Amino acid sequence: MSESSSNRNLQVFLNGIWKENPVFVQVLGMCPTLAVTNSVRNAIAMGISTMFVLVMSSMLVAMVRKVVPKQVRIATYILIISTFVTIVDYLIKAVSIPVYKALGPFIALIVVNCIILGRAEAFASKNTVYRSVLDAVGMGVGFCIALLCLGGVRELLGSGSFLGVPIFGPYFEPWVIFLLPSGGFFTLGAWLLVFSLLKERKARRAAQEQSA
Amino acid sequence: MNSASLWFIFIDSLLINNLVLAVFLGICPFLGVSGKLDTAIRMGGAVVFVMLVSSALAYGMNVLLVRLDAEYLRIISYIVVIASTVQLVEMFIKKKSPALFRALGIYLPLITTNCAVLGVAMFQTIRDYSFVQSMVFSLGSGLGFTLALVIMSGIREQLNLSDVPNAAKGTALALMVAGILSMAFMGFAGLGSN
Repeated sequence: MSESSSNRNLQVFLNGIWKENPVFVQVLGMCPTLAVTNSVRNAIAMGISTMFVLVMSSMLVAMVRKVVPKQVRIATYILIISTFVTIVDYLIKAVSIPVYKALGPFIALIVVNCIILGRAEAFASKNTVYRSVLDAVGMGVGFCIALLCLGGVRELLGSGSFLGVPIFGPYFEPWVIFLLPSGGFFTLGAWLLVFSLLKERKARRAAQEQSA
Repeated sequence: MNSASLWFIFIDSLLINNLVLAVFLGICPFLGVSGKLDTAIRMGGAVVFVMLVSSALAYGMNVLLVRLDAEYLRIISYIVVIASTVQLVEMFIKKKSPALFRALGIYLPLITTNCAVLGVAMFQTIRDYSFVQSMVFSLGSGLGFTLALVIMSGIREQLNLSDVPNAAKGTALALMVAGILSMAFMGFAGLGSN
């Protein structure tokens, strides 16, 4: 493989993590992002399951992309995705009952996570298997990072712990609001605010450099 | 069989556990279509209809799957049921009201991937609702979704006119507003429990 093409592949991988982060930049997959991130453990479980479904279905979609007629492609993608979600559903039930109970119906709802269908339609249906898997892994990691950002903040402030380990000591009064639904909206809103502030500052700097 | 009263299920799904603001379902259309009051009401109508039909079909489907001992097919069959219902509604609206069809645009086919619809079907299965309970539950949820969407769009129409920092424009601000709305809806907790 030549250097430029491996560079491009790296680009595909990094795109999902930073430049096109599914949650912070594309604002996709909001429902699981907000619903299950009240603790770091749930966030990790959700992130990994979504990543598994994303990678497997991207791979399969890229494999069958030349065989499936254009008219029925969305239906095919959804069937592929829901097959893998069913696998994940049973896997989690077998591995850990507490996590299964905590995530509840949101495991089934991975099917309708727009990130997965979005990547299948926008990337995997047009690219080779190798690149599609790279892209899916990148997007999956980006999604995990976003979930961790949210889950970390919410667990830290909402129950004063991280992964169940108390951080702030016994005198910390937890901000219960962060564990409640409204806390999810606030935390995500705040993160988006941080990112758009960064973007704005970057744009301002670029403009200054141009005028200088 | 779950024995919660119909009235409680309705109030619970409409206000206390509002789909959008408390269970976090259907956030994408909630943020996407809530720009204009008019579109929001129509979108809500479409969602209520899709929800009712698909939850009735999903109920029948579940009975069938349980009888065949094939519950592992549940997710797949629900998705197929919902996708075909959406297709039906799409054709119906296209025929009856092309203007509405254009206004809803991409969000109409996206009802398929509206997690609220699948979520309602999953919840009614998990909670073991009877057929009537399922219908009341999906009606309440659909109306709750519409309610949240309409309130949000009203607020956002006002927000467009107000002076906010550039960085906060768009999704970030919408999420903050949603957070405050969700806090307001928490006030309904305990309603209708008797």
